[in-house]
Amino acid sequence: MAPSVGKSVPRVDGPAKAAGSARYVDDLVLPGMLHGATVRSDVARGRLLGVDLDPAFDWSGITVVTAEDVPVNSVPIIETDQPVLARDEIRHAYEPVALLACEDRLRLEKALRHVALRVEPLPPVLTIDDALAAREVIRPPDNVSKRYLITKGKGGTAGPGVVDGCEVVVRGVYESGAQEHVYIEPNGMIAFWDEEGAHVEGSLQCPYYVQKGIKGVFGLPDDGVDVTQAVTGGGFGGKEEYPTILALHALLLAKKSGRPVKLVYGRQEDVEASTKRHPSRVEIATGCDRDGTLRAVSIRVLFDGGAYVTLTPVVLSRGALHACGAYRWEDVHVEALAVATNTPPNGAFRGFGAPQTIWAIERHLDRIARTLGLDPMELRRKNLLRLGDTTATGQTLKESVGVEECVEKAIAASGFVEKRARGPVVTGRLARGIGAAVFLHGAGFTGSGEKYLKGKIAVDLLPGERALVRTASTEMGQGTETVFRQIVADALGIAVDAVDFAVPSTKNVPDSGPTVASRTVMVVGSIAERAATELRARVGQEATARGLSRSEAWERLAADPARATALVQYEPPPGVVWDDATYSGDAYPAYGWACDIAEVEVDLDTFETKVTGFWAAVDVGRVMNPTLCAGQVEGGTLQAIGWALTEKLVTRDGKILNPRMTNYIVPTSLDAPPFTTILVEAPYSRGPGGAKGVGELPMDGGAPAVAAAIEHATGLVLDRVPLLPEDLFEASLKGDAR
Amino acid sequence: MSVTLTVNGSLLTLEAPPASRLLDVLRERLGLTGTKEGCGEGECGACTILLDGVPVNSCLVALGQCAGREVTTVEGLGDAQHLTPLQEAMVTEGGAQCGICTPGMLLSAEALLREKPAPTDGEIREAIAGNVCRCTGYQRIVNAITEGARRREVRP
Ligand code: FES
Ligand code: FES
Repeated sequence: MAPSVGKSVPRVDGPAKAAGSARYVDDLVLPGMLHGATVRSDVARGRLLGVDLDPAFDWSGITVVTAEDVPVNSVPIIETDQPVLARDEIRHAYEPVALLACEDRLRLEKALRHVALRVEPLPPVLTIDDALAAREVIRPPDNVSKRYLITKGKGGTAGPGVVDGCEVVVRGVYESGAQEHVYIEPNGMIAFWDEEGAHVEGSLQCPYYVQKGIKGVFGLPDDGVDVTQAVTGGGFGGKEEYPTILALHALLLAKKSGRPVKLVYGRQEDVEASTKRHPSRVEIATGCDRDGTLRAVSIRVLFDGGAYVTLTPVVLSRGALHACGAYRWEDVHVEALAVATNTPPNGAFRGFGAPQTIWAIERHLDRIARTLGLDPMELRRKNLLRLGDTTATGQTLKESVGVEECVEKAIAASGFVEKRARGPVVTGRLARGIGAAVFLHGAGFTGSGEKYLKGKIAVDLLPGERALVRTASTEMGQGTETVFRQIVADALGIAVDAVDFAVPSTKNVPDSGPTVASRTVMVVGSIAERAATELRARVGQEATARGLSRSEAWERLAADPARATALVQYEPPPGVVWDDATYSGDAYPAYGWACDIAEVEVDLDTFETKVTGFWAAVDVGRVMNPTLCAGQVEGGTLQAIGWALTEKLVTRDGKILNPRMTNYIVPTSLDAPPFTTILVEAPYSRGPGGAKGVGELPMDGGAPAVAAAIEHATGLVLDRVPLLPEDLFEASLKGDAR
Repeated sequence: MSVTLTVNGSLLTLEAPPASRLLDVLRERLGLTGTKEGCGEGECGACTILLDGVPVNSCLVALGQCAGREVTTVEGLGDAQHLTPLQEAMVTEGGAQCGICTPGMLLSAEALLREKPAPTDGEIREAIAGNVCRCTGYQRIVNAITEGARRREVRP
């Protein structure tokens, strides 16, 4: 059997999706099902005094749930600060307070308008600066919810003064706004109870996260909760922790009504209430030699965590760990802080904190180049991490550093050097420019994460020389299902279509850990390979021991439940050492590397920017499936371009003023550039076939590359995304031009 | 009130308030759940269907407007075992990831290819500009439609 890994095997879930027969949660109907809806506060902060049902309204056939009905009223994520339904305190403008369910959706909508909340408003904390000023304390003692410190060399003793005494010191402040995921399928969940316990099915990334939430709130054992993933219409991190809340809400309504309940958000509610990318401010000071050799860096990272902790500590950690970029520094001081505000909780979003800090460091590299009068790419190349170098956390890079190849290939494909040298090309009112970003992204969980997680996977031999992969790693469009089949098929020496992929359900798949952090192929894929290899050996031994053919041995094993399955647990590679106390050591087992180059055209009258070309060269270790892999790169890059150019979440008093697709603008086919994607392979010895993660990496480089290109075209120095025409206009007034 | 229309080639008479959204009628009354709802206000294109061959957002169309007209949904193309060349290209070229935009995308593309059997990249991007895809970056969708057009020439 010719190996399938490395080939563009068509997506296995593709035909059903192209035929419209794939079943997403909103396509599911259960007999007797009610529809659910959420009553939310509309002030950002206040004391909840009461929930009033209009006595003049006919409430028959309508189930009402409030905080009184919640057994344990806190959503277990990292902390337990977030209530399932608010009881006495309102902490953001879309805080869920009550739930309604009704068979008839029109009556349900009417009923929503007959619930009144009595709230005594309090002054909200709405920005990072508000939070740091701590005039109002919403998270004692100082509104800071998490802090990290990373130091290297003199950074440990000199602190933020680590750059003092360097030949050239450059300082800059870089900011980024919130970003909404806008998966085209909004959040949704369907729930029911029976004698076995709680059942939910819905749009989600991490079945075991949802299970954990349900167990905690309802006090149920593992086998009393069944969480199943429906076909999921995009996640990007937005369906990592948030679906737990829908599952809990739907289950509360189902419990009280005794009927199955479907809870599907409309777009507006989804944009308002679900998590966002953390708004950020990153302050950087660097010291270097006059020739551009980087020496020391001091960085302060500030993330707005929003009203509840959710996954903020981990997002902040990843942000801090990527803050020094893909460069060599002798002395490092990175301080990272997350603050609490009265905005909807921010959470996981593809890149998980790294896009914010990479945006900052990449813009800063451009600033250094400008200060020194050096070519920005030359400055980068001079200082890129190489094999044998140590990162900011003191990790020595022992293998799989493909960044130089990425840079060379992206430069060659885009004509970067010539275009850059030519300077901005102005034709009439259009100015063209080109810019670049070089970056890395850690694959897998940070530090000791994978050690605690103990991800598992099962592969079963099935009759007819077939196999079944059982994993909680979910398909949400990124290609898990197809790539895992390829890995297992090759290891077992069978065809890809002889491998089935079990529907992820906590009833029948082991906990592989969450489908996040660019870990699926590298970490879970590696144990899928091990499980399949183990089974192949078992078949071989059986055949030899009993003098059977391979297919006879396969059949015997498949028929024997004790021997048909290989269940394998992930073991972090030996030699990966991480110290949580000092935040030092091997932050990630491996890094993906990339160089992005953007070419833009800016209309000098309207300040509209169009990205006219985009080249991404990406080192993924090993390309499992070129079409799927390039699809990840391009899709992630366009999300980054959206974050850079159009996706601005406008708020007033803690409320989102543009919670719809008409006014929160994600790129269309006309906004998207043609992509040239170059896949580079610097293999990682512990990944399946050498593979590292690719899911998040492409989110990191688009924004700084686009901003650098705009700067090249217009001379405007831009340190804050998004860059809408009005933002460019403002920058031009400020005389930010060189 | 009753409305008579053709859906994927079958003539149907439906009793329903004429203001019902076509999207709901298709999904809930007819079980044609391949037509998706992403925004409910004409912005995402996930609910795109063909009305007399023209792509429209079914979340903005009232059932009453469809009297005597012909509606084509994704179920009117090929089923999963018998994909049309365009659907097949969407899969093999990587034009579908999470797949939620795919039905609407296919119908916009189908309308385009009926008009222009060999469209340019620019024409393709124009034709699908109302169909938002958050997963792919569109490059592979454009490639897929180009490839679909080519395969149609060979095997219409
Ligand atoms: S659901 Fe109709 S356009 Fe979005
Ligand atoms: S494939 Fe997911 S939105 Fe297009």
